[in-house]
Amino acid sequence: MIAKPKASRAELAEKFRAFIDPDFVITDDETMKPYECDGMSMYCEMPLLVVLPETAEQVQRVMRICNEYEVPVVARGAGTGLSAGAMPHKEGVVLSLAKFNRILNIDPLARTARLQPGVRNLAISEEAAQFGLYYGPDPSSQIACTIGGNVAENSGGVHCLKYGLTVHNILSVEMITAEGERVTIGSDALDVCGMDLLALMTGSEGLLGIVTEVKVKLLPKPEVAQVVMAGFDSVQKAGDAVGGIISHGIIPGGLEMMDGHAIIAADDFAQAGYPREAKALLLCEVDGTEEEVHEHIAQAEALFRELGATSVKTSQSEEERALLWKGRKSAFPAVGRISPDYYCMDGTIPRRYLAHVLLEMEKMSEEFGLRVANVFHAGDGNLHPLILFDANVPGEFERTEAFGGRILNLCVEVGGCITGEHGVGVEKIRQMAVQFNDEELQQFHDVKAAFDPAGILNPGKGVPALRFCQEYRSLEHKQHKHDTVDAAHG
Amino acid sequence: MGDISQTLKEQILQARRTGQKLNIEGGGTKAFMGRTADNNAGTLKLGEHTGIVEYHPVELVLTARAGTTLAEIEATLAEEGQCLHFEPPRFGEGSTLGGTLACNLSGPARPWSGSVRDQVLGIRLLNGKGEHLRFGGQVMKNVAGYDTSRLQAGAMGTLGAITEISLKVMPRPAMSLTLVQDMAMDDVIHYMNSRAKEPKPITGAAWVDGKVYLRLAGAKSAVEATAEKWTGEVMEQGDQFWQQLQHMQHDFFAGDEPLWRFSVGSTADNPELDGPWLIDWAGSQRWYRGDADMAKLETLAQRAGGQVSLFRGGDRTDEVMHHQPRALKEIQSRLKKSFDPDGIFNPGRLYSWL
Repeated sequence: MIAKPKASRAELAEKFRAFIDPDFVITDDETMKPYECDGMSMYCEMPLLVVLPETAEQVQRVMRICNEYEVPVVARGAGTGLSAGAMPHKEGVVLSLAKFNRILNIDPLARTARLQPGVRNLAISEEAAQFGLYYGPDPSSQIACTIGGNVAENSGGVHCLKYGLTVHNILSVEMITAEGERVTIGSDALDVCGMDLLALMTGSEGLLGIVTEVKVKLLPKPEVAQVVMAGFDSVQKAGDAVGGIISHGIIPGGLEMMDGHAIIAADDFAQAGYPREAKALLLCEVDGTEEEVHEHIAQAEALFRELGATSVKTSQSEEERALLWKGRKSAFPAVGRISPDYYCMDGTIPRRYLAHVLLEMEKMSEEFGLRVANVFHAGDGNLHPLILFDANVPGEFERTEAFGGRILNLCVEVGGCITGEHGVGVEKIRQMAVQFNDEELQQFHDVKAAFDPAGILNPGKGVPALRFCQEYRSLEHKQHKHDTVDAAHG
Repeated sequence: MGDISQTLKEQILQARRTGQKLNIEGGGTKAFMGRTADNNAGTLKLGEHTGIVEYHPVELVLTARAGTTLAEIEATLAEEGQCLHFEPPRFGEGSTLGGTLACNLSGPARPWSGSVRDQVLGIRLLNGKGEHLRFGGQVMKNVAGYDTSRLQAGAMGTLGAITEISLKVMPRPAMSLTLVQDMAMDDVIHYMNSRAKEPKPITGAAWVDGKVYLRLAGAKSAVEATAEKWTGEVMEQGDQFWQQLQHMQHDFFAGDEPLWRFSVGSTADNPELDGPWLIDWAGSQRWYRGDADMAKLETLAQRAGGQVSLFRGGDRTDEVMHHQPRALKEIQSRLKKSFDPDGIFNPGRLYSWL
C-alpha cells in the first residue's frame, strides 16, 4: 500500500515546474476535472495534480521524484479505456502523454513505424497508406485511442483472429521504469535474448512502466476485401456457421456476430440494410489477393446457405462494404440511443459455448430486470454484452454491475476469461479473484514488485489485494448456491 | 506417461528443502543450447509429462502437456487439416512443445505466421515454490493479469517448469510453391523486403549459397497468380528445402564450427564478417559460421538493430546470449527471484548471473 504522500500538492508542483512548462503542471480543480475518469465514466476520482511532460527526460524526472516521495503515478493516453484503468489516484499524479503525439518515422521497406505513445491508432494507418501499408489492430475507439494506451491494454479490434493483437504487432517500446530508468525493450528484430519482457509489458495497464516510444510493424494493405452478411433464425445456427467457416480452412479478416436486439438498434442507427427479422447476424470479411478473395467468398456464401442462413448478401463495392461495417462499428452508440445508459462487458469464451452462454444471459436478464444486447467478435470468442440501464434510477447501476459480474463468472466457468481486450482496471478487479487463485495473484504482485518496488505505478488497479479476494469468493459462492436453490425451486 | 505433475511438484519441494538445483529436461534434444548445464544439479524430467489434454479443431486451440512431442502434436493436427504454422524446428524425434516455448524456436514462416510465443494462449507452470499456477487460458483474447505465459518464451526454464501449454493452431495452407533464382548477398536484403511489402501470400524468404528462395502458400488461385507475376523458377522439391531449413538439416548447419544467430532489423546491411552466411525470415534472422569474438559480434548486431547469440558450438562456459543492459539485467534478476526465490531452476543456463 502507498503511504501518505510525503510531498504536498504545492511541493510536488513546484518541483515539476522547475523543468516542465508551468502551464502544464495542473493543480486547480476546474482544469483537472476532465481527467477524473476515462471512458468508464462511472468510476471517478480527482487526482492530486496533473502533469503533461513533452520529453522522455521529463517523464524520467517526474518518475524519480514520485519514486522518492512514493507518490502514485497514473499514466494516461486519450482516456478512452473501458475499465477505469486511467482513473486517477486521489493522492497521486496523472501523467498525461498527450504531448507525445508525433509519428517519428515510417520505414516503408522494413514495414515499421516509430511512434510517440500519444499518436492515435487510426493516424498510423492514415500516414502509412501512402506506402500501401497499415497498422493491424483496430479497436472500435481507433479514431481517438493512442498507441501507448493500446500497448497498456493489449488492444485488439475486429481483425484479431487473422492479424493478432497489439502484442503481435509491436517490435519494441522505450519506457521509463518506476525508478526513473530509461530502457528499450525489444529491438528492430523479431525477438531478443532473455525473458520476453515486451510481452509482459503489453497489457500491463500502466502498472510496470511508462511507455515513451513504440515501434510497430506495418502490414501490406490487402488488394481486396469483401464482406458476406448472413442472417440466421437462431444464435445456435449462426454459431455453427462460424465453426463451419473455420473448419473449412478459411480465416476471415473479420468475423462478427450480433444478436436480434443489436441488429435492430444498429440498423435503426446506420440504415445498413440488415435483415431485421433475423435472430443473429454474421459479418464475415475476407481479404487478400483478388483471386483468393474471389475463391473464399464463393465458398463462404455457399457454406452459410448450407448451414441454414435465411439471408446472404455480399458487398459489391467499397461503399457497400463500409455501410455493412458501419452498422457494426456503431453498435455501441446505436444501443446508446435505445437506453439512457449502457454497460459494456468484455468476457471471452470458447466459441462452442456461445449458445449456452447467450441462453444463460437471457435468464439473468429476466432475473435482474435489465435488457441486454450482444455484439460478439465471433472469430475469437470475445463477447460484448451491453447491459441497458438508467443511472438516474437509484440502485440500477449497482444491479447492472452485479449482472455484469455474473456474466463474467459464467465466462470463467465455461473456460473463458473476464476480459478479452478492455482490461481489468478498477472495474473488473473483483472478478480477478474468480479467474485466479491466491498463489497466482501473489505471483502477479511479485512480478509487479520486480518492476516497481515502491508500488507507485497505477496502484489499486489490475491485480486485487489478496485480503479482499477471500471475501469476494465466499460472497460469490453464497450467491451461486442461492441461484442453484432458486433454480431447483423454480 | 500422462500427468506426472504431482511427482514434479514433490521433486521441486524436496529440492527446495535440500538446497538442490534442478536442470529441466524435456526430450533432451536441446542440451546443446544455452550455457553448459550445472553438473551438480539434479534433473527435472518433463519428458514424461505428456499427452494432448484438449483439442478442438473448430476453436483453433490445442492444449498439451509440456513433454508432448512436436511429432505427436503435428500428427494429431494433420488429421484435421491443421498445423503449427510457426513451423517449430525439431532437433530430434524427442523435441517437445515445452522446450520449443522455453527456447522460443520458430521456423521459416515466422515473420508472417508469428512465433511460438505469438501462438501461446496460456500455460501452467510449476514455480520455485512448487506452486502449480495457471496463467492465460484457451481463448484468443485474454488480458486478465500480466502475460506471464509469453514471458516464458526465451527464458529457457529459468522462471519455472512449464507443464502445460494452450496455443493457437491454424489450417494448413491449401497449396504452397517455391520460387528460386540466383542472387548476390548484397542485393538480396532489398529484394526480400520488397517482396514482403507486397500484399501477396508469401510465407518464406531465405538466401543461401547465392540463391534466393521465396515460398508462396495459401489459396491455390492466389499462389498460382502470384507465381506468374514474380520472377524465379518454380522449385521441384520446394517443400523439402523449407523443411531442411526449419529443422536445421540444411548443409549450411552441418559440422562443428560455431553457429551464430543474428536477430536483426530485416533491412539492415549485413554485418561485415567474412565467412558463410544463411539469411532467413526476409532478413530478420541471419546465421553465421565461424570462430569469432562475442563482443565484436555484439557491436555488429547492435549496429544492425538487433542482437547476437552463440546458438551452437564454441565456448559455452562463457556467456552465449547477447548481454543485457544494466536496468534490464536488474529487472530480470528480480523476476527470476519472484518466480524461483531459491534459484532452483536451470542455474546459469541462460546467463551466468541468472
